[in-house]
Amino acid sequence: MGSHAHTLDHSEEHGHHDHSHDHAHDHHEQGFWSKYIFSTDHKMISKQFLITAVFMGVVAMMLSIFFRLQLAWPGQSFSILEYFLGKKWAPNGVLDPNMYLALVTIHGTIMVFFVLTGGLSGTFSNLLIPLQIGARDMASGFLNMLSFWFFAASSLIMFYSMFVETGPASAGWTIYPPLSALEEAIPGSGLGMTLWLVSMTLFVAGSLLGSINYIVTVLNLRTKGMTMTRLPLTIWAFFVTAILGVLSFPVLFAAVLLLIFDRSFGTSFYLSDIFVSGQALEQTGGSPVLFQHLFWFLGHPEVYIVLLPALGITSEVIATMSRKPIFGYRAMIGSILAIGFLSFIVWGHHMFITGMNPFLGSVFVFTTLLIAIPSAVKAFNYVTTLWKGNLKFSPAMLFAVGLVSTFVTGGVTGIILADSALDINVHDTYFVVAHFHIVMGASAIFGMFCGVYHWFPRMFGRMMNNKLGYAHFWLTFTAVYGVFFPMHFIGLTGVPRRYYSNEAFALFENLQSINILITVFAIIGALAQGLFLFNFFYSMYRGKKASQNPWNSTTLEWTAPVEHLHGNWPGELPTVHRWPYDYSKPGKDVDFVPQDVPLSHGEDGH
Amino acid sequence: MISLLTYIAIILGVIAIARLVKVYELSTSLKGNDNEESVSESDSRFNGRMMMPFLLAFFAFCIYLTYSYKDNLLPESASEHGVEIDTLFNFNLIIITIVFVAVNVLLFYFGYKYYSKKGLKATYFAHSTKLELIWTIVPAIFLAVIIIYGLAVWNKITSPADPNKAVVMELFAEQFKWTARYGGSDNTLGETNYKLTADMNPLAIDSTDKHAWDDKIVSGEFHIPVNKTVLMYFRAKDVIHSAYMPHFRAQMNCVPGMRTEFHFTPTITTAQMKEKTKNPDFDYVLLCNKICGSTHWNMQMKIIVDSPEDYAKWLAEQKTFKEKNMAQVNLVENIAIK
Repeated sequence: MGSHAHTLDHSEEHGHHDHSHDHAHDHHEQGFWSKYIFSTDHKMISKQFLITAVFMGVVAMMLSIFFRLQLAWPGQSFSILEYFLGKKWAPNGVLDPNMYLALVTIHGTIMVFFVLTGGLSGTFSNLLIPLQIGARDMASGFLNMLSFWFFAASSLIMFYSMFVETGPASAGWTIYPPLSALEEAIPGSGLGMTLWLVSMTLFVAGSLLGSINYIVTVLNLRTKGMTMTRLPLTIWAFFVTAILGVLSFPVLFAAVLLLIFDRSFGTSFYLSDIFVSGQALEQTGGSPVLFQHLFWFLGHPEVYIVLLPALGITSEVIATMSRKPIFGYRAMIGSILAIGFLSFIVWGHHMFITGMNPFLGSVFVFTTLLIAIPSAVKAFNYVTTLWKGNLKFSPAMLFAVGLVSTFVTGGVTGIILADSALDINVHDTYFVVAHFHIVMGASAIFGMFCGVYHWFPRMFGRMMNNKLGYAHFWLTFTAVYGVFFPMHFIGLTGVPRRYYSNEAFALFENLQSINILITVFAIIGALAQGLFLFNFFYSMYRGKKASQNPWNSTTLEWTAPVEHLHGNWPGELPTVHRWPYDYSKPGKDVDFVPQDVPLSHGEDGH
Repeated sequence: MISLLTYIAIILGVIAIARLVKVYELSTSLKGNDNEESVSESDSRFNGRMMMPFLLAFFAFCIYLTYSYKDNLLPESASEHGVEIDTLFNFNLIIITIVFVAVNVLLFYFGYKYYSKKGLKATYFAHSTKLELIWTIVPAIFLAVIIIYGLAVWNKITSPADPNKAVVMELFAEQFKWTARYGGSDNTLGETNYKLTADMNPLAIDSTDKHAWDDKIVSGEFHIPVNKTVLMYFRAKDVIHSAYMPHFRAQMNCVPGMRTEFHFTPTITTAQMKEKTKNPDFDYVLLCNKICGSTHWNMQMKIIVDSPEDYAKWLAEQKTFKEKNMAQVNLVENIAIK
């Protein structure tokens, strides 16, 4: 806190007149480097995360278009492929099979970790935790800065790994050894995989620094009156997400470290009885399945690390834009906690057919299907919140509604996949691809768009253009279902995922038209993101100036001045008197009562 | 040249959109409805009214896909347990389709019904223990049924097979091909040791194990008899593969350093299936379903389900390990005699 007191009396010294008007509250004239680059301010760090994630997201999306071209028109020449991938990986414009695997691997890695974990949590936990709980900043601004720079370094390494001569990691985003351990088995398991592992190690470090900070901040820095049961659901979601991250990411770190040992130092944690490229490896006694256990011990909570923030954002936006309290606030908290807890004891459902003990499989079936209950509660509560609301369809609200739809549509197929007997036949097919892209990919990315549209005015002091937002939403929503719904049918035909082409099998010969359909939707979806990118960057500089509280919201972040101000509130921190969902409360003149408005006589503060 | 034109077109396109947005923003502020609200009434109306058409289009798309691809899905299950899997699948599918339709209809309908209009006031409705109990308990009941039914099928499928009543065989996976091995006349697979892998002995069979001598190794295609349990063991040479036989609803990973197993009973011969599917070229297939390298997408083996007589005839034609590797086995025998 000392630094804030210190900064208060600085404004006089730097008295540029034009400037002091814009930065009326920016007591402390920061240099470019400390303001934009090595910033310890949570709002700036949030923007850094967002911009990095947008960049990585664009990269991952382009990769997906590249491999979708191959899947729709296998073996055909595309000059765009040769342009981006070069003669080595797309000779005569035809995608190389190893590069195909590299593309799906890096697409998955970037989307899951860099966009939907780093990007989503990093952006909105950073932006909203201090602002919504009424804190000056994160508990440790320095750790927070480190968290971003670890993330940035890991993003950079992951991006760079695409340009090494032997190609990037190509063993699938789950990098199962031995494939990921043996350069002889696939060229991408050479330098590309080394960089992947280094990148993920840094990523985990950054993620842990961030998560610890989020947890401490939520627990210790809530303003007066902000009890845990007055926290907005966003904060609950970020809080539980951070706990999941702290408990599960170290396990990924361990898994990655042991894999590094196996690759570089001749240990045999994951390797046993392998004969590759004419040679019997010395390593025996390890188990490739051990890696899968460790990986999915992170991997499954990871699904909720990705989803919970999106659900939290949706809760907030649906309540605000329906002008209604979120239905079943305590049930929502309960279901977040239940999902968080259960997510740790379900990882085995990714491994039903690894030869694990069938009884163990049954246990995982049971725990996995239990998760459907809190998930159903959440979905029904969202729908009930819309009921008899006064729905104001901002782009954020549309994405929130879209999220509920994809969450349900993708969630129900999870019931099929969690049923071990059914998993035998659909495991690793396109049915799985359809399922997780809808329930986790689309939902989480919708949550992210929802958050960006909703809090853009809070971040940049300007509004995004609504009309472009609507076009972006409807095109994206159409594209999501257009791309991923048909994949269920491909999966039920028995097509395995990560196939470079379906042409080798008579069984799949009638699927070419459906693959073209999917690719066309994918291209439409990708182009639609151009609208978003344009809107985002244009509005940052030219958008309509935002009012203090453009969505008439109740939460504290809208009471802080829009200007970039270290410490968030110029004077005292606001005091909280009520829960965050007093929308359309009977007996009030306006349809929202902010959290810092004192209770009137006899009013229930929740 | 073309790429230069592309760049110019993209840049001009962006500038054009920027101008359009500016013009639009100026015109709305001229009309005077600028600073009123962040979301105008007409915007909410437009999006609210989009809800139902979108939902109908989405459902129509789902129905169209179902209609046009129903004949492309896997044909009826050709194994005993597969029939149960299909029944279980259909049972689950009915439940989840109802949930999928019901929740989406409610969601989009409410979106349409309650879009913001003049004079509309939201109802303050924060909590209802009764409702929340209903949608905790009802899903719980359905899930209980799904779990119990599913686990019953799972336990049946995974209960151990009796090797004495089954055809014992092995599928061996390597980049990027399959090899099958039969237990031979003693119906027992010989021991293996990965260090014995050689050109002459690609399956790393230990020729000192007498059980191995009558083993039969085939590649390209393998045959199994109809209506008899096939007990398959799986091994992998280099990386993880997955033996996926979609027509039999059968799949198991092949993991280096481990021996995994799966058993099933084929019920329809290849010849019968050709008739059922009205496809004279029909064949059962084994494919790899775990990413294993560049040619993962074309790692396959043909499966033929024969009548017991045809199967016996085919098997008799295959050479044993001893016949193929005479020299090696003789050497072992000589050592043993000495």
